[in-house]
Amino acid sequence: MLKKTLDISSSPHIYKGGSTNQIMKNVVWALLPVVLFSVYSFGLNALLVIAMATIASVLTEHVLCRLSKKESTVSDYSAVITGLLLGLTLPPSFPLWMAFIGGVIGIALGKYIFGGLGYNVFNPALVARAVLQAAFPVAITTWHPAFLPNRFSTISSSVFTWPFMEPTFDAVSGATPLSAFKFDGVTTSTAELAFGQISGSAGETCAVIIVLGGLYLIARNMMNWRIPAAVLLSAFVLSGVLYLINSEVYPSPWFMLFSGGLMLGAVFMATDMVSSPITPLGLWVYGGIIGILTIVIRIWGGLSEGVMYSILLANAISPHIDTVIKNRVYGTKRKMKAA
Amino acid sequence: MALFNLHKNTFKHGIHPPESKDETNGLPIRQFPFAPVIILPMAQHIGAPSQIMVREGQEVQRGQLLAKATGYVSVPMHAPVSGTVRKIANVPTISGKMSTGIYLEAFPSSTQEILEGKPIDPETATPEEILQGIQNAGIVGLGGAAFPTHVKLKIPEGKKCDTLIINGVECEPYLTTDHRVMLEQENDIFTGIKYLLKATGAQKAIIGIEANKQDAADHLAKHIPNDLPVSVQVLPVKYPQGAEKMLITSIMGKEIPSGKLPIEAGVVVVNVATTAEIGRLLPHGRGIQERVITITGPGVKKKGNYLIPVGTPLRFVLEQVGVDEEISEVYMGGPMMGVAVSNLNISIVKGTSGILVFTKKDVGRSPTIYPCIKCGACVDACPILLNPSKLGILAKFEAYNEMASDFNLMDCFECGSCSYVCPSHIPLVQYFRLSKRIVRKREAEKKEEVHA
Repeated sequence: MLKKTLDISSSPHIYKGGSTNQIMKNVVWALLPVVLFSVYSFGLNALLVIAMATIASVLTEHVLCRLSKKESTVSDYSAVITGLLLGLTLPPSFPLWMAFIGGVIGIALGKYIFGGLGYNVFNPALVARAVLQAAFPVAITTWHPAFLPNRFSTISSSVFTWPFMEPTFDAVSGATPLSAFKFDGVTTSTAELAFGQISGSAGETCAVIIVLGGLYLIARNMMNWRIPAAVLLSAFVLSGVLYLINSEVYPSPWFMLFSGGLMLGAVFMATDMVSSPITPLGLWVYGGIIGILTIVIRIWGGLSEGVMYSILLANAISPHIDTVIKNRVYGTKRKMKAA
Repeated sequence: MALFNLHKNTFKHGIHPPESKDETNGLPIRQFPFAPVIILPMAQHIGAPSQIMVREGQEVQRGQLLAKATGYVSVPMHAPVSGTVRKIANVPTISGKMSTGIYLEAFPSSTQEILEGKPIDPETATPEEILQGIQNAGIVGLGGAAFPTHVKLKIPEGKKCDTLIINGVECEPYLTTDHRVMLEQENDIFTGIKYLLKATGAQKAIIGIEANKQDAADHLAKHIPNDLPVSVQVLPVKYPQGAEKMLITSIMGKEIPSGKLPIEAGVVVVNVATTAEIGRLLPHGRGIQERVITITGPGVKKKGNYLIPVGTPLRFVLEQVGVDEEISEVYMGGPMMGVAVSNLNISIVKGTSGILVFTKKDVGRSPTIYPCIKCGACVDACPILLNPSKLGILAKFEAYNEMASDFNLMDCFECGSCSYVCPSHIPLVQYFRLSKRIVRKREAEKKEEVHA
């Protein structure tokens, strides 16, 4: 006995378990209720758009891996998240061919050219959306009303627009609470916003479900609570101050918090681990930038919504935040060092 | 940030691996049988190897001096059994390197009585005499570091030791050595503390114990002698609290400056088993011959805490306790910082605090390594507050100098918390171990160039 050879390894010899693709899988679980609500409120349109964006993302990832002669990384679920998030930020009656292009661009230009998972500078879904917004400004700002009675039986004609053709939208189209406020001065009640009784991007309309998904991930220690906290807090404080200064001109902070993509962005997009800072203080700064920029764009910018550009800009700053804000190493004085 | 720095009776960050101590922490210390042949490497402590004083064929008595210290940072070695010196030759050590050593064949029917030496009286001895006595007894840190204890206790010129901390934390999972020593050897511990207080000039001693050993804390607190300024402090369970710097922060609420020793904060830390050994050996002027070792892990049949002679071959130990057919890895020390054994012909050394046997299915390493997704789990785990994520990326790019100069690589004491938590299974601490070696080597080369 005891003649056999032993394996050797460098300590530690025990591990916590869990894995990156487990985290990704859980993000997908947390997103599913959002997807379901989206389909429930916008019907088949939303289902098709979200499905198309997801299929395009996963397919692109797979094809690119194969083209560069690497093992396909589809099984890590990160491409699924990108696709779902992209789909959820698009208007429900968005032409499918455009959603497909978005999925391809998100993975190819948002992620793969940087080196794949872990190396992307920007949130890939938002890169895709930014490109779509620039390329198809009309389609991406043509909203579809929620809870149409025939939403489970008919599909908007715009969804099936031929590739590279101009979509024709149905006569009925809804304004989002933000555009209604920005261009017509109409505000929507917070309750309607929180429970998704409104028009908007496929997945941004029900704040309550988004928050529940976020709480699930935070509870499982798979999301850093500081990011949504910082985003929402800073947006709330800035819009609150403005509201106190002049409540005639500026909307209430509750309206700002629950309208548009802020909730979806704060919970599911700003929290992309790869494109956010790593230290606690850095995360507060990062989240703060997003919250403040969003309000600034919404109130003084030309667009009615600013979450996407705010997150993309903060993504770009994120590596620099990590360079400037470091944890104070044990036994040293705080080190703030520019590269 | 003062608000977040409130002293919480523990250090920042750290991890909570499963403790896995239940199977052995209730088992009393038992004497282990003598192996037919004892193999004693001379390099089993930090510092210069001991110099052999006996010749082949010589008969020695248990406790007799076999090898003397070669210099200040070195300790002597004593015979763990009565027997005959069979051979003086190279013997294998855990690092894979060979070391000069002694093969000692035990007398089969000897009473194994231990030789008495010159006793040291804690009341009358000077600090220098106590330090000399500790060195003469061959005592090194029994927690695993194996650093000569008398060197650690020597207070540098111009420094003052206010507090002596006795380390009874034993934060490594599986190990219950110190736990049993605290439950069974309270008199030795308090005698040891008496010596240590005198040697360091400290005003008081604090025994730090984690809350999973409340029985040991209660036991020691109940038996504190009236004339000894000792207190017991129970700390929340968290790895790596047994690390010197972490323990000082937990107990005193202050940090040891980077690159400095605990004496900067007026503290000296000594492991509790080392303290007990001092208290047991010095009154008799004896040398260390055996130590308590936890033998455990899923692959072991007769788990327990054993008093094992130094130099007992590992193969003999495993044959005695019985191991699973499917054993795949054996570690000396705990699962977090212990060293994997490549060869069962090595022997128990003074620094061996545990022997852990894993079968194939217990080894938790994942075959897949994912890219770092900057989740920050390692940042939240690192007790030194480094950024292991960034260091890991730099290590991949072989930017070792930058790791050391800009990201405090050399402050890493390799506790392994980062690797433990990483969801991408990146071998972070393993990278850092390698990187630190390379940086040290480069620095040494640079120095040589300057002198050349």
